[in-house]
Formats: sequence, C-alpha cells, structure tokens
Amino acid sequence: MTKKTKTLNLNFGPQHPAAHGVLRLILELDGEVVEKADPHIGLLHRGTEKLIEHKTYTQALPYFDRLDYVAPMNQEHAFALATEKLLNLEVPIRAKYIRVIFCEIGRILSHILNITTQALDVGALTPSLWGFEERETLMTFYERASGSRLHANYFRTGGVHQDLPTKLIEDIHKFCLSFPKIIDDLEDLLTDNRIFKQRNVEIGIVSKQEALDHSFSGVMLRGSGVPWDLRKSQPYECYKDLDFKIPVGRNGDCYDRYLCRVEEMRESLKIIVQCIEKLPKGPIKSVDGKISPPKRDDLKQSMEALIHHFKLFTEGFRVPAGDVYTAVEAPKGEFGVYLISDGSNKPYRCKIRAPGFSHLQAMNYLIKGHMLADVPAVLGSLDIVFGEVDR
Amino acid sequence: MLIDELNKLEKILNSELTSKITSSKIENEELKIEVESDELTNVIKFLKSDDRCKFRQLIDIAGLDKPSDVKRFSLIYLLLSHEFNLRVKILINFETDKKISSITKLFSSANWMEREVFDMYGIRFKDHPDLRRILTDYNFKGHPLRKDFPLTGFNEVRYSEKDKKVIYEPVKLEQNYRDFDFSSPWEGTQYIKEINKENKNDKKN
Repeated sequence: MTKKTKTLNLNFGPQHPAAHGVLRLILELDGEVVEKADPHIGLLHRGTEKLIEHKTYTQALPYFDRLDYVAPMNQEHAFALATEKLLNLEVPIRAKYIRVIFCEIGRILSHILNITTQALDVGALTPSLWGFEERETLMTFYERASGSRLHANYFRTGGVHQDLPTKLIEDIHKFCLSFPKIIDDLEDLLTDNRIFKQRNVEIGIVSKQEALDHSFSGVMLRGSGVPWDLRKSQPYECYKDLDFKIPVGRNGDCYDRYLCRVEEMRESLKIIVQCIEKLPKGPIKSVDGKISPPKRDDLKQSMEALIHHFKLFTEGFRVPAGDVYTAVEAPKGEFGVYLISDGSNKPYRCKIRAPGFSHLQAMNYLIKGHMLADVPAVLGSLDIVFGEVDR
Repeated sequence: MLIDELNKLEKILNSELTSKITSSKIENEELKIEVESDELTNVIKFLKSDDRCKFRQLIDIAGLDKPSDVKRFSLIYLLLSHEFNLRVKILINFETDKKISSITKLFSSANWMEREVFDMYGIRFKDHPDLRRILTDYNFKGHPLRKDFPLTGFNEVRYSEKDKKVIYEPVKLEQNYRDFDFSSPWEGTQYIKEINKENKNDKKN
C-alpha cells in the first residue's frame, strides 16, 4: 500500500506581525516543509506612479518619502538626481555633503530597523528595544533639519530645502562617536548568540549566479559575495571623495546578510564623520532662480524674486524632454527612478525601481525546502518594506 | 570615461545586431537602442551572453503609453552589466493588441516585472508562466497607468454596516479632481492656442 501525501495550504498574513507589513503569503506545506510560496502583494498599492504623472516636479517629491518609509531621504535623492540630470543642473558642493549625511543617516535608520526586527522574528526582544531608542535620536535629526520625523520632503531639485543649524551638525557628530558602542552592544546580543545563529546560519542561501539572475541588489547581492555598491562603482554626489569600505559576505545566507548590515552601519558612521569634517561653506541649493525659490527677504524687496516665487509654486519649472535612469544605493539595494519628460512641468512617466520588489519575488526560490519556522527569518533578512514593494 | 565606453558599446551593438536595431543614441550619458519588437528576445540574449557586453542583470521593465501614436505602447528594458559597469536601455514600440514574447526564460526576475506591466498597461506576454495581476486588487478592472484611466479611478471601496462586508461602489466625490493648466499666459493657455491654430488653418485654406 502506498502512502498518500497531501499538501496543506497555509495563508500567512496579510495581518501577521512577522510579515513586515501587508504581505499575503500562500504557502504549500508538506508537513512542516514549505513546498511552494506564492506572495500576493499590492495591498499597500497607492498608485504613486500615476499620482506623480499629475503633479509638478516639486509636488512629486514627497511621494518618495512614502515609498520606503524607514529611510525616506534616500528615495528623494534618486528622484532629485533624475530631474537634475534632465535639467543638466549642477548642485552646490555644500548641498551634496548635506545630502550624503542624511542618506547615510537613512541607511543607519533602515539597518537598525531591519537587524532588530529580524532578531525579534527569531525570538530576541531586547535588540529592538535598544535599537529603536537610537532610531528615535536619528529621527530627531531628521526633524531638526526638515521639520518632520519621517516624511521629510527635505531634498529639492538643485539642493536641499534649508541649511542645517550648526548645533545640529555638532549633535550628529556626537552621535557618531557614541553610536559604535551601541552597535557593539547589539552585536554582543546577536552575533555569537547560539539561538540567533541556529536560526540564521545556512538559511536562505543565495548563490552568486542566482543573486544576479533574480536582480538582487544591495546587501542581498553583497551577502552572496558580489562586491557591488553603486556608491563605489557609479559614484554620485561626493562619494568619490569619501573613504569607506564595502562589506561583502561569503556564504550568502541570512547570517551573512546580517553581518553585512552591521558593518555597513559602521561604514556609514565613518562617511558621516568625514562629511561633517569636510562640510564646505556656500549655498545649499542651486542659485538658478528658475529652479530654486528665492529667499524670504528677497521676496519683500525684489520684483523678480516675487515673480519667480509665484511661477515656481503655481506652474513649477519645466524640464527638457528626454528620459533618464538614475539609481542610488538605498539601504535595501538599488533604488532607481526612470523618468520621462515631455518638456512640460509634470513628469510624463516616472517608473520607480524598488529593490524590495525583486527581492520578494525570489521568496519562492529562497524558501523552498525550508521549514515553516524559517519563513520569518528569510523574510526578515530580505529587508522588505511594503511601501516600496507595492508603490 | 563613461561616454567613450558607451560609444564603444554602441559600435559593437550596431555592427553585431545591424538588422535588429532600428536606431541607437546616447543621451544624458545613457545608451538607448530601439529594437523591432519581434527581435527583442534575440537582442537581450545577445546582450546577456556576449563577452563584450555581459549584461547579466535585468534592472527593470518600464511600460509607456502614448495614446496619440499608432504604435501606442512602449516597453523599456533596463539592463546592467557588473563586469563593464555599464547600463543600457532597450526600447520597443508596438500596437495595442500586439503580444510581446516574455523574457522570463532569460531572466527569472522578469516574471513579476512583466506581471506588473500587464497589470498596469494591459500588455500581454507570450509564454509567460503565470500572467496574473500583481499590484491591483483581486477582480480589478482596467489598467491604471494607461493615460485614459482617470486618476480618481472608477470604483471605491468601503465597509458597509448594512451588508456587514466590504463593498465596491462607483466613485462619488464632493468635488471632482481638478487639473489646472499652469502654462504661462505669455505663451497662451491651451484654448487660446487652439483658437490661434484654427485661425491659421482657416487662413491657409
């Protein structure tokens, strides 16, 4: 007599704390082993790309904060770079440094969240309590620069919205000196932790070739041993002048990706410190009156400034026709904006390339043959945020 | 320099794929090649496997709708070569009901990207293993990124206390979405432009 086997279909999410948002994962289980995973996404789809087509370039920028909402400014950066490339606009050097400082703060924000919640998924509560306190400090920096903790809307085409208060720069510097201690503490809790290693080592292994085929980028690619980082290979802003290293994993499993993220936080701190030391003086946004709005004082004095202000906040600026693809190394991987302009004041098409989209796509490949309990561990190490996957 | 590398690549592609490429140009430091839609798979296969290109990674597939053109839809494939640190854009233009061959066999990541294009534009792919909607709701009608799809959509969703379930209704707005025409009065707003154009045509006739 042959034994009959029957697979069990299990619905994981969309309301599951370990689904990191609204993921509906339909799992086919044979006992405790996953045979197939079919992610259903789109539960957070807001039609960002459609909305952007109906907004001017300045109005479109805040939508990018709402994509990957744990590292908002990195997204804004990609869009600002795309419009600047179409306009052929030079950004003042001080603005470049400020942008880099805040992008790296974004990277740390995102990595803290990912590392600690991944630990939470496999059973460690303390790291998230420690990590979130630091996130709060970092978000205060966001608030002091832009006025809001999360949806910053701080970058502008041609620079940044406002200059940084001097006290803020000092405080960021102080944070950079004190934060390595916190990373050490987190590592004490996790890196050699027996349970954490049991749950992560040799789980969700990605080979080099598969990582390329699945369009992986960022830590997912570097964890598998591909030394590829857009900040080094296709440097934008002032990354050329900064000294930092790219951590690369060896085995391509969840544990290596965790180690990469920890190291990247340390490198980010180095970058921020260098930027603060080098931070030049000068304007913080383009001096072209047709692109950046005039100063408040000028508005009361100069007729031209008044006209510029009025035109910029009704019509907005026009961008020459053409198409560009710009990508930045966001914390989760290559975040790209493919922008098509028809010469008017609104983008004709804006395709957003979210790294999480291709990472989540590989879920079936990653989880096949693993146990059900490994699903949260793999999902955690993918670093999924639904704001950007669903757009 | 990047430009030199791109020029070199453009030459290679133009000599190797002469019959398949309709046009190629370098703009904003990016190489874009236009390809016949039937030749797409062959071109991508070449780009992926040739030793001088090695475009091993598919970054994204972007759809584009141009309602006024005969070849209404376009697809732009963005490829990346890690070895040579280069990017390339492949453009195809085609009519509404044309079926495009899927490249899921070449790049497994194309699966969801093609599903997204199908969902957003209604472009169909030949030999796609699983062409379902991906981002929109179950049972959604229409293709939202087409230019003739209204920004406010057709249906809205709410929880009905009476039926004790989530229901779909036609969109009802207190005020319709307003799209302002901000073009400069010095250049003339849209309706003045149209009147002027008509006047000119009348004079010609």
